[in-house]
Formats: sequence, structure tokens, C-alpha cells
Amino acid sequence: MSMYYAGLLSDIGILLLGALSVYIILATGQLSLGNAGFMGIGAYLTSHLTVVVGLPITAALIVAALVSGSIGIAVGFPALRLRGIYLAMATLGFGEMVRSFFQNFTPMGGSEGFHGMHHVSTGYIWAWAAIVLVVIMLIEASPIWLEIRAVRDDETAAGLVGLNATQIKVGAFGCGAAVAAIAGGLFAHHHVYIEPGNFSFERSIDFVLAVILGGSTVAPGALAGAVLLVILPEYLRFLADWRFAAFGALLIAMLLVRRQGLLDRALFRFALPRSKA
Amino acid sequence: MSRITPPRLILSRVTKTFGGVRALTDLSLEVAPGQIVGVIGPNGAGKTTTFNVITGAYRATSGSVLLDGHDVTSEPSHKIARAGIMRTFQNIRLFSDMTVWEHLLVAQPHTGSFVRRLLPMRFSNPKTIERAEEVLEFFGLGDVRDRLARSLPYGLQRKVEMARAVTARPKLLLLDEPVAGMNHDEAETIRTLMLKLREGGLSILLIEHDMAFVMNLCDHLHVLDFGVLIAQGKPDDIRTNPAVLDAYLGRAA
Repeated sequence: MSMYYAGLLSDIGILLLGALSVYIILATGQLSLGNAGFMGIGAYLTSHLTVVVGLPITAALIVAALVSGSIGIAVGFPALRLRGIYLAMATLGFGEMVRSFFQNFTPMGGSEGFHGMHHVSTGYIWAWAAIVLVVIMLIEASPIWLEIRAVRDDETAAGLVGLNATQIKVGAFGCGAAVAAIAGGLFAHHHVYIEPGNFSFERSIDFVLAVILGGSTVAPGALAGAVLLVILPEYLRFLADWRFAAFGALLIAMLLVRRQGLLDRALFRFALPRSKA
Repeated sequence: MSRITPPRLILSRVTKTFGGVRALTDLSLEVAPGQIVGVIGPNGAGKTTTFNVITGAYRATSGSVLLDGHDVTSEPSHKIARAGIMRTFQNIRLFSDMTVWEHLLVAQPHTGSFVRRLLPMRFSNPKTIERAEEVLEFFGLGDVRDRLARSLPYGLQRKVEMARAVTARPKLLLLDEPVAGMNHDEAETIRTLMLKLREGGLSILLIEHDMAFVMNLCDHLHVLDFGVLIAQGKPDDIRTNPAVLDAYLGRAA
């Protein structure tokens, strides 16, 4: 496999993890525009752990996921009071806060960035992406996922059948933050150099776009979205400077024709008829 | 009967105000085990507010709500639900994009540990599945089990909502206008179901505008007007109570 394709594949794997981190939170009806912040926390923490502390990458990723997950839970509680556009704004603020923190945090290089990480293979990135995707797909077949769907759909009614909406929403925030941190750690060890600008608002938007494009009601939608988002601009290269404009036009066309995204639950019901149990 | 067994539900002097508006004033009522109690009154009398206070959707400004002697007044709604109070809504609130079967599973969050509930459905507690089957059969919903609940005809949606509410074996069921917009036959099936549920020991508190339905079914009635209890008693006494006639028909000129 050429370097070029390996690079694209790695990008897809990392974007898939980022998209899944948004997907988990969105599944409970909360839109986060700040997941690049959690990704940044994961990237810097993992890099510190491998370069300075000397932990192996896998252990560093797990630690970073746990730390970022805890921060996600802490962010999730105030987020409970906000809905829709207000929540989106608050998470955006959180993401920018993290970015500017690393901008000023000189022990990790500040605006000059941080390096010294060892490169990880495309296979290693995809092992993580595949594991996370499969785990989420398994959870989608579980009773917990029904509870998550119920909370997303009607929080009040969900509470009145005995579901703890607070626990579910905050838990989802924590899980999303953990997955975003893994994406960040892998990003850092794929590019072997990170700077605060890597974890800006545009990155968060990429994650959300991948989910919206691919389909926000099923986990494989994130995969479809990640592939589209990485591959499409490459195929549009012949348009040179116009390719991002063309990409934007395609995006709008897509949302007009298929608002629910490329993949949705109805498609899966059709593809694999539900078992009786 | 209500004097011999201790009451299942006691509302004592419940008041609920919204800003300066008194939606409920000093409302007290009791429901005994296996009793069907009706709450009636003109629009805006505070009936649905009463339900919202009992289920924890609103917090009472003062007064208390007791279920089997336990104070649930300031518990969050999911805890009240798990303590055994379930409800249906005046405007049906089913989960979109969920089948009838899924509604019956999601209503049993207490069956199984967190880890078990994270596993695919086929590893669920067999009792959860059994219970869902049982409720499906009780409500005659077997044929539509895998249909999206929201795509069903109105009457069936009402049944699904009731089924979801009783799946977790509540002690008290609150029904908010369960036969609104139904024809006589449909209302009759709901009445039969309610009587069967009562036989199983379930207490039911009912809001309904269909007077014939209420009079036929309830053991006891409470009449609200502007948030105040203006009468209570057996259906026959309520029928002839002058205060009730005034509230419904307006004072004779």
C-alpha cells in the first residue's frame, strides 16, 4: 500500500473515532461542537505519557480516555441545563477554551507545538477504530440503547417510565469524551507532531459533518461519513481550487435529497430483518 | 373498603402555584389498593396538574404525596416511576421510531444490572421478555408487535401507551383521558382492560371527560374546579351534587 493511501486510511480511522464521539453524545439528543477539545486533551495527554513518562502507547491511550471521560462527565452536568443551540454554543466555548489552554501551556510547547512521539501504523489506528465501532454497534442492540433512544425522543416521558435521563445524558458525554481522546492520541502518534491549531473548531465541525452526512441514527453512518469526508475532496482534486466549493455544493445537495444521512435505521431494518427476540 | 386497608396513595393538602396563579389549592385525596378513582372537572380545573405533581413532573409548592406510606413528594420523576407510579398522557407520548415490542422492553429498566443491560437484547433477563410477552397478550397487541407504535391507529396507540405503563408492574396507574376521541366499542375494550387490571390489585386514578364512562367505572370520584376540590363521593352522589352541577353547567340564572 502506498504512503498516500495509508495516509488517507489513517485519516479515515481517526475521523471515524471523532465522528463516533459526536455520535454517542448526539444519540441522547445533545449536539456537541466541542469534541475537538476532548481530542486535544487526549492528544496532549497521550503524547506526554509516551514521550515524557515512557508509557506504551496503548496504556497511554487508555489513561487519556479515562481522564478525558471524567472531564466529559464534569462538562456533561452543566450541559444538562442547556438544550439545542445553547448547548452547541457552550460546547463550542469549551473546545476553544481547551485549544487556548494548550496555546498558552508552555510545558507542552505552547503555540510551537509538541513532538517526539513514535509513529503508529495504519493498522494500529484501525484496530482502535474497529473495536470502538463494533462495541458501539453491539451496544446499539442492547436495552441501554433503547433507553438512550427514549431519552433522545422524549425526556419527560422517559423519566416517567423510570429512566434516569440525567445518568444517560451525562454518561453519554463521558463516553463521547473518552472516544474523542482516543482519536486525539492516535492523531498525535500518526502525525508525530501536534499543535493547538489541530484541535480547533473546524475539527469539531468535521466530526459533526461526518455524522450528519453518514447518518446520525446508526453507528455505521459515522463510518460512511468519515469515508466520504476524506475521500470526496481527493476525488474532486481535478477541480483544483474549486474543490472545496464543489464539496460544499455536494453537501447541500445531499442534505436536500437525503436529510437523514446516507445510512439510517430503516435501511438496516430492510437489510437484516429483525429477529423475533 | 378504603378504611380497612391502608391507602395506596395519599395526597395531603397539596398546593401548586405557578407564579401568582394557584393551579391547585389544598387538594387531599386517597386511593385504596385495587380501587378505581376518578378525577373530574371542567377544563383548567387542575386535573392534569394533579397528575404532574404526583409523578414528580412538577414539585408541589406545599403538601405531600405518599405512596404506600412513603413520602415521594420531592423525588425526581424516574424514582417515583420506579417506586410504582406510572402514567399515560392526554396527548399520547410514544417514542418515535420504536416498535410496540421495544416500548415494552424500554419500560423495564429495573430488570438487570447495568452491565447486563449493555449486552445485546438476546442476553437480557428472560423475565423481561416473558413480562413483555404477557403484557402484549393482555392488551391484544400481538399482531402489531413489530410495527412502529406511532404508525398505529389512534386507539391502538392508546393501548400501547397503557401497556408501556403497566409493564413494570406499577402499584398505581394514572390515566389521563384514556378514552378521549374513542368510539363506544373502543372505550368499552379500555374499560374491560381497566377492570381486569384492577382485579390484579392495581389502583387506578383516572381523568376523564366522558361522564358515562366515569360513572360506570369508578368506585369514588373527586370533582375539581379552579384547583379546589368541590365535591367527592360515590358516582351516584356526585351526579346530583349541586356544587358539581354549578361548576359544569354554570349557576342557574
